[in-house]
Order: sequence, then C-alpha cells, then structure tokens
Amino acid sequence: MSSHAEPLGGPALGKVSKWILWIGILGVVLILWRFAVGLGRSTGLTDGYPWGLWIAFDVVTGTALGCGGFAMALLVYIFNKGKYHPLVRPAILTSALGYSMAGLAIAIDVGRPWFIWRIPLGGFPDMGKYNWNSALLEVALCVMAYVIVLWIELSPAFFEKWKDSPKEGLANFSKKAYGIVNKLLIWIIALGVLLPTMHQSSLGSLMLLSGPRLHGLWNTPFLPLLFLISCIAMGYAVVVMESALASRYFGRPSHTSMLADIGKVAAYMIWVFLALRLVELVLRGRLGLMFQFNVFSLMFWLEIICFAVPAVMLMNAQKRQNLGYLFRAAMMLVLAGTMYRFDTYLVAFMPGENFSYFPTVPEMFVTIGIVAIEIVLYVALVTVFPILAGRSTTAEAH
Amino acid sequence: MLLPRVVKGLSSDEMLGRGVDRRDFLKICSIAAAAVGLPAGAGVKMAEAAIAGQKPSVIWLSFQECTGCTETLLRTRFPGLAELILDLISLDYHEALMVPSGHLAEEARMAAMEAHKGKFILVVEGSIPEAEDGIYCMIGGRTAVDILNEAADMAGAIIAIGSCASWGGIPSADPNPTGATGAPMILEGKTVVTIPGCPANPYNFLGTALQYATFGTLPELDELARPKWAYGRTIHEHCPRRAHFDAGRFALAYGEENHRQGYCLYKLGCKGPVTHANCSVQAFGEVVDAWPIGLGHPCVGCTEQKVLWQTSITDTVDIERPTNPDTYPPIGAPQGKVGAVATGVAGLVAGGLLGAGYAASKKLGDEPEEEES
Amino acid sequence: MAFDRRSLLKGMATASAAAVASASPVKAARERKVVPEDARGMLYDTTLCIGCKACVRACKEANDMPADTSTPGMENYDAPTDLNEYTKNIIKLYKEGDRRSYVKRQCMQCVDPACVGACMIGSFRKEKYGVITWDKERCIGCRYCQMACPFNVPKFEWSSLNPYIVKCEYCRQRAGDKQWEPACCEVCPREAVIAGTYDELLAEAKRRLAEHPDRYEPKIYGEKDLGGTQVLYLSHVPFEKLGFKFDSEEPVPEMQQTIQHGVYQGFIAPAALYAGLGVVMWRNRKKSGLPEEEGEA
Repeated sequence: MSSHAEPLGGPALGKVSKWILWIGILGVVLILWRFAVGLGRSTGLTDGYPWGLWIAFDVVTGTALGCGGFAMALLVYIFNKGKYHPLVRPAILTSALGYSMAGLAIAIDVGRPWFIWRIPLGGFPDMGKYNWNSALLEVALCVMAYVIVLWIELSPAFFEKWKDSPKEGLANFSKKAYGIVNKLLIWIIALGVLLPTMHQSSLGSLMLLSGPRLHGLWNTPFLPLLFLISCIAMGYAVVVMESALASRYFGRPSHTSMLADIGKVAAYMIWVFLALRLVELVLRGRLGLMFQFNVFSLMFWLEIICFAVPAVMLMNAQKRQNLGYLFRAAMMLVLAGTMYRFDTYLVAFMPGENFSYFPTVPEMFVTIGIVAIEIVLYVALVTVFPILAGRSTTAEAH
Repeated sequence: MLLPRVVKGLSSDEMLGRGVDRRDFLKICSIAAAAVGLPAGAGVKMAEAAIAGQKPSVIWLSFQECTGCTETLLRTRFPGLAELILDLISLDYHEALMVPSGHLAEEARMAAMEAHKGKFILVVEGSIPEAEDGIYCMIGGRTAVDILNEAADMAGAIIAIGSCASWGGIPSADPNPTGATGAPMILEGKTVVTIPGCPANPYNFLGTALQYATFGTLPELDELARPKWAYGRTIHEHCPRRAHFDAGRFALAYGEENHRQGYCLYKLGCKGPVTHANCSVQAFGEVVDAWPIGLGHPCVGCTEQKVLWQTSITDTVDIERPTNPDTYPPIGAPQGKVGAVATGVAGLVAGGLLGAGYAASKKLGDEPEEEES
Repeated sequence: MAFDRRSLLKGMATASAAAVASASPVKAARERKVVPEDARGMLYDTTLCIGCKACVRACKEANDMPADTSTPGMENYDAPTDLNEYTKNIIKLYKEGDRRSYVKRQCMQCVDPACVGACMIGSFRKEKYGVITWDKERCIGCRYCQMACPFNVPKFEWSSLNPYIVKCEYCRQRAGDKQWEPACCEVCPREAVIAGTYDELLAEAKRRLAEHPDRYEPKIYGEKDLGGTQVLYLSHVPFEKLGFKFDSEEPVPEMQQTIQHGVYQGFIAPAALYAGLGVVMWRNRKKSGLPEEEGEA
C-alpha cells in the first residue's frame, strides 16, 4: 500500500517560519515600489542588459526548478513506475507554485504588464495577428497553459479535502469536480508532459536569437535539447531536496530509497547532457574557446564540474542511500542547472565590452521575497490539504 | 521753429530747400528700411509717403521713465533722429524733444490726436502707476492712466517702448510702491506691441514703427506682443560666444584668464538662455560689441519680466532647450553599474544558502532511516 | 532495482536521437529574405561627415524628443553617450592615434530583422519601404527585441512608468509629405548621409568604391552583413573600429527559427507527441492497473 496523502493539520500559517513570512512581505513591498518608481530606478537593468536577475532566475531557473511535476509525471505515468507515486503530488505542488511565481516575476519584469492579457487573447485587438515566428510567444502561451494544467493536476488534493466539507455546496462541487478530473486524468497529464517539453526547450532556443552576441560556448543549435535535459534532471533534484526537507521539518516519511533511484536517473541524464554538450562543442571546433582563460571559459568549466560532481556522486549505489549525501548531490545539481541558465542568459550574452550589469539590492530582495512567498504558500498548502505522503501503519512489501 | 515743420510735413520743394536731393533722400529711406529689416521696395514707399506729405503722426507719451529709450533712439544713424523726425514721421508730441511746454503742449497733443484720429502711432515710454488711483504720475493735473486710456482709444497703433512700458521695468521692482505696470496691462483688450529692453534696441522700435508707417501693418507678434523678428530667439541662440559654451569654455571670474579670452559668461550668471532679444545681432547705435556680453558682462535679462528683477545677476539659469556640446561620445561608452554593496549582499545570500543547505544535509544524513511504507 | 538500466538507456537514446535529428542544423528550412522591392534606406559615408550633429538635432525635432541631460558634468547639454530613450540618432567619434572617424548610428533597417523575429505580440513589423516600425498600442515591454538586435538599436524608456521602445523609424511620421525623407538626411550639409531607394543607394555606394578605392575600406557594410541592411555604410577606417562587429552573412533569426519551424511546423510534432503520450498512458493503465483515481492507494 502506498501511503495516502495527509495534511499536516493545524492553522494554515501555523508552521510557517516568521522570518520567511517577513521576507515575503518585504518582497511584496518592493514589488509595489518597483511599480511606483519604474524599472530604471528599482533595478540595475539597462539597455545593454535588458534581461537580468528576474528573467534569468525567477523565470528561466524558477520554471526549471518547477519541473519536478514534469519529471515525476514522466517517471510515474509514462515510464509506468507507479511505485514513486507518493512523490508525485508534492512535486506537482512545488511545480504549480514555482510556475505561478515565475508568472508573477514576468508580470513585474515586463514594462507594460497591463497588456499581458493580450497574449492568450490572440494579440487582441488584431486577433491571431501576433508573431507566430517568435519563440517567446511559444514560451508565453505554453507557460500560461501549463500553470493552469498544474493547478488542475493538483486539484484532486483540494477536492479530497473539500469533499468532506460541512458546506454542502462546496462538498457537492468537489465531489463532481474530483470525478471529472479523474476521468480526464490521462489527457491532463499528457498535457502536463507535452507543455513543459515544448516550453523548456523553447526557453533554450530563446537565447539563440541573440545570434552573434551569444558566446560560442553556449551558442549551439542543441540549446533547446540541453535545456530540456537539464530541466528534467533539475526536476528530480528538486524532488529529492523537497522530499528530504519536508521529512525533516514535518516528520513525514523520507522515502530515501525512492529518492536514491530518482537520483540515479538524474545522474544518467547528466551524463547524456555532458556528453552532448562537450562532444558537440568539440565537433564544431570550439575547443579553443574552452581554454582561453577568460570569464567565459572559467564559467564554462565551473558549470561542467558542478554537473559532473553530482553525477559521479549519484552513481555510487551505496552512498546514495544516505539522505544527507543525496541531498548534497541534489543541491549541487540544482546549482549546476542554475549556473547553466545564468550563464546562457547573462554571462554568455555579449552586448559589448562597455556594458555591465549587476542586480541592485532591491532587485535581489524581490527575487528572495518571491522565493519566500513560494515557501510560505507551500507550507500553508501542505498544512491544510492532503499533499504530503502520510505516515502509514503497515510496512509495504515491495 | 520746429513745431510748424513737425506738424505740417515737408514738400519736395521744401526738401530741396533744405538741401537734400531726391536721390539722397531715397537712399536715406532705403537704408532705414534695410536697417530695420523691411522688405525691398519699402524704402521707396517710405520716401513717396514722406514726399506726399503723408508722414504718419506719432504721439509719444512719457510716464515713469528715465528717458533712456528716447536717448538710445537719438543715437541711431539709419535713420538718424533728424531724418526720422523731419522726413519720415511727424513727431507731434514728445516731451523731451519738442519745443512747447505746459498747456500749449497739451493743446497741441489733443489737436494732433483729433486730427489723425484712428491713424496715429501712440508710443508709450515708461511704466504707468496704478496705486492709489494712479496719483504717482500726473501730468497737467491728470493721471497717467487717464492720459493713456484716452490716447489709446484714438490711436491707430500702440507701441510700448522699453521694459518699463512693456511690463513695468525698474519702477515695478519689489516692493513696487507706486503699483507700476506696463501699458498692455492697462490697455487690456487692445493690441499693444511691446518692445522690451532696458533700454530697448532702437532698431526694434524703428522697424516696427516704420513698417506701420509704410504699410499700415504690424509685424508678427509673440504671446507677449513682442515682434517675433526681434524677440523670437534667445540671446543664447545667436550669441557670438556660443561656440565657447558648446565647447565648455567658461569665464570663471572677472578679469581672470578665461574672462580675458572672451569665453562664455554662463557661469558668471548670464541670462542669455532665458532672455528673448536680438542684442547680439543688432548692434545698439551701430557700435558692435556695445552690449553687455560684448563688453564681458553677462546678460541680465533686461527684456524679461521674470528675469530682470526676479533673479540675481550671479544666478545661473536652466537651459530651456539643451543642444549638443562640442564633444563626442566614444564608440563604446560604459553603461551599467556593478554595485559593491549589491555584490556583497549577493555573495552573502548565496553563501548563506549553500551553507544552510550543507548544514541541513548533515542533519538529514544523521537521522535514522524511515521505514518505507 | 526499480529500474531496468537497459530500458532506461534505450529510452533515453531514442528520445535523444529523435530530438537531435530534429534539432540538428537544418540547411535552409527557412528561406533567406531578400530586400523588398520598394525598399528605401540611407547611405552614410564617413569620409564626408564633419560631425556637425545637425542630424542629431534634426532628429530630435522631427521626432519631438527631449534632450538627454543625464550625462554627469553635461547637465546643460543634450549629450547622450549612446542611443537611448531620448535619442534615436547619434554621432560618435572613433579616435585612435592619427585615425579619426565620425560614425552615425541609428536603426539599420535590416532585411531580415531580429527584432521582428523576436517580438511575440507583433509590435515590430517590417512595413512599407521595408521600414521597421514599432506599434505602441501592442508592446508589452518584454524587451526581447533588445536581446535580439545585433546592433543594440531598440532602446527602452527605463525612466518611465509606461515605458515605450525607442528607435529610428525612418521618420515615418513625415510620410504624409510629398517627398518623404528622414530629417537627418534632409538636413546634412554635406550629404554625408543620403536617403533614397535601396537600389539607388547601393549603386551609388558601389560607384564611390569603384571611383575612389583608395579612399575607402573595400566593403559596403550592410550589403550582405547579417542578411543585409537597408542602411549602408562606407568608411575610411575598418568597420569594427566603428562598432560594427559582425560580418557573418547569416541573418540573426535564421538559426533559431529554423529549429523552431522544424519542430513546430504545422503543429504536427506537438500533436503527435500528445497523442503518443496519451496512448502510452492508456496502455500503462491497462497493463499495471494504475490507480484509477489520482489519490487512490
């Protein structure tokens, strides 16, 4: 028997750390300030570097970190490894929150967010007349759709709780909705695999449009594929970290051996990633760039090392049964994936030697605040709704 | 006697009698027309009008004035004052230049105004006091306000010469005890051409007056009723020292080296950028450089009501429409900032997260394995 | 062992191969764009430019733009250091030892523009005469155009709460006039920059190169660079010294759009993948009795 999911119980914000709540509030205040003074005064963005921390981290890395749901859906529903099912719902929650926060980040990063509604509405008023050639359009539409799909995928957790609500209307609605979602589950999950495949790879090809201004060590037609592979690996890493932390802080089963298996999958994915990356670079004659002793080659090798180390770590069948070891490997993999995205969007982007960029302190605290908000919402939702795998009374015979 | 001549005008015989032949007279008129920017052919028309005895009547009223504007008019050469008042206009009333005084003068004025009603040019020099029913300037027992209103009702064109008549000038400076103000403010609703300046550039007046005298039209006026051809640009826009401004070469104190080099006087408080006038291109009395900047003193903005008595001479002014300097940006000018504090904060946050993660991992590793369920 | 290593590797290999096959450099799946028939542009000749900046002033007036007084120490001047939200046209100076050249920078009016390829909402369009226009009614301010343009041309109103993108649009607001010429070309006292049809300008540039080969670098910048631009340059110093770093003939959007079109052409691949995923899950459910309900044990 798999453990049935159980809420933590108690008041919604009962288990939320006060510190994190305050940081989240600070983030909200700074977001309001950004709208009051404009992007020029609140961020370090300039015409040389129009995309900065909020895009590179909150959107691009944030969505990659939210690929846990995608990665688990692949494993459990496509490759049919039902054993890992208890890890699915928390992963979907992390993904739903991650993508929602990425959406928030987009809304505060663009200059005229009040026009965002035009994107799903077909570029209103000229319906359908937007630019179908734009990779960014694909990303935007896909991400918008995927956020909705994620919350639908998560909705059974809500309906399960609300089914037993004393409010009759809510209870009836929940029972009905629960039934509908389950009927359509396959097709919803299929979307939940298709959409991230599309937009995570497009997030990679986005930077190809910088053309000659993207450094040769990152400028490859395989960028979409590399982004896709690394995001799935990152998804697994996030599942490991999130599971481990939830078990430590909320006293739930840690599923260490399951996580170890997932770690192994992640390791294989990293090997494919590295092979593709390095072989392709060598075949295209970029060996010279790798050894130039400048910022680019330094960051490149740092990336490679940050990917290789967890891959090696996770190949060790024995050691990876230790949750702490797993956690460190996963952390490093997350760091590597983050570095890869920062490098593609910021380091490899070469507008000209006279341009420089570093986020301002308020800019950084908006990002930190958004992460804090995500954590607050995560804790609140697992407290109220049955998401985390509960304790069980019987041991499972594998 | 000047009076009869001024009133009656000259016939060509009379002119010849004076020893001026027709060709010379045409030359005088043409030079006068050209000097004040009237179109070609105006000189001829002027001459014809003068010879035909159609010299326009001019009534010149003086109120709270220092007579500086009249004085500056005396020093022109094209036309000189003699040519002007003898040949081109009929100066029927001017307290400084006319012979009669007292009641005789006032009678002559009324007679002239009646005779040329609707056609004479009314010139106002000096400000008009309004305080306490206008008692601070009275001529012949009547207030300036009264005199002005009466004359303006009968005039063909009204020209206010000088800053005092245009907007109040010196008498209007704080605390303005007499309530001094300009002619347009008294004559609301009427077109009053203003020729501000302290003194006004005589050619600005001449150009306007002669245009009206010859063609019966007034030049295009701006929103303060100043002729655009004279007041359409700021001093800054046609200053001989502008190249120094653009290149960033400034005089820093009177007498120091840069000042001696004739550099831009902006830093000494030049009001050129906010002063509409043509002193730099229309010399006063034909002496080039006989104006403040030409002599090495910043412009004080004597035409502008908001500048002259409202700012200190040493105050620098904002540039209304900044233009390009005489320098060039490089091919790749630096842009963007890497803040030290921000870098530090980023380092702390990143380090903190990694450290906390590592510490957490240690704790996780120490916990006993949970039973799989 | 929860996983069959072989099956895992096999699955990944096939998936990767499929992805690689579709993502590998596809030759001309996307046709190269050509100069539009009615294309108009500019020809700028550094040997004629005297750096008077009349074009900078004329551009400001024609486009109703404020002065840029933000350069430190130059608060009394309109002294931008680069194109920016207040400046659509600028003259820069290259000086190295004895070599000097002015260079005029503004939108290059590319034949295959990166900005047009980037803009998801269709705010950037290449329209009449091949002029690249920007529509303020549609723009969201995402700044992808800035990430795309190889010449760093589109600028963003960072100081505004309703920020627009600012770039030279060939003075299209003057399009009502009989002879529509950009203000900069109209005002240049030495015809260092001239406007005209692309064909005329290219012919003129070639003529100058042919007649005075000693005067110029042996190249017309923009003839083929990055797919061609409608603003052409002749120079007496090497072009990269003037800030023209790129001379590949490949248009900027080519690689990305080749990949995107290859994958998403007619939406076939995504639809097929979706169907495939659905089928796999259906059979999985039958095979291993997956819980019917999402939360079921």
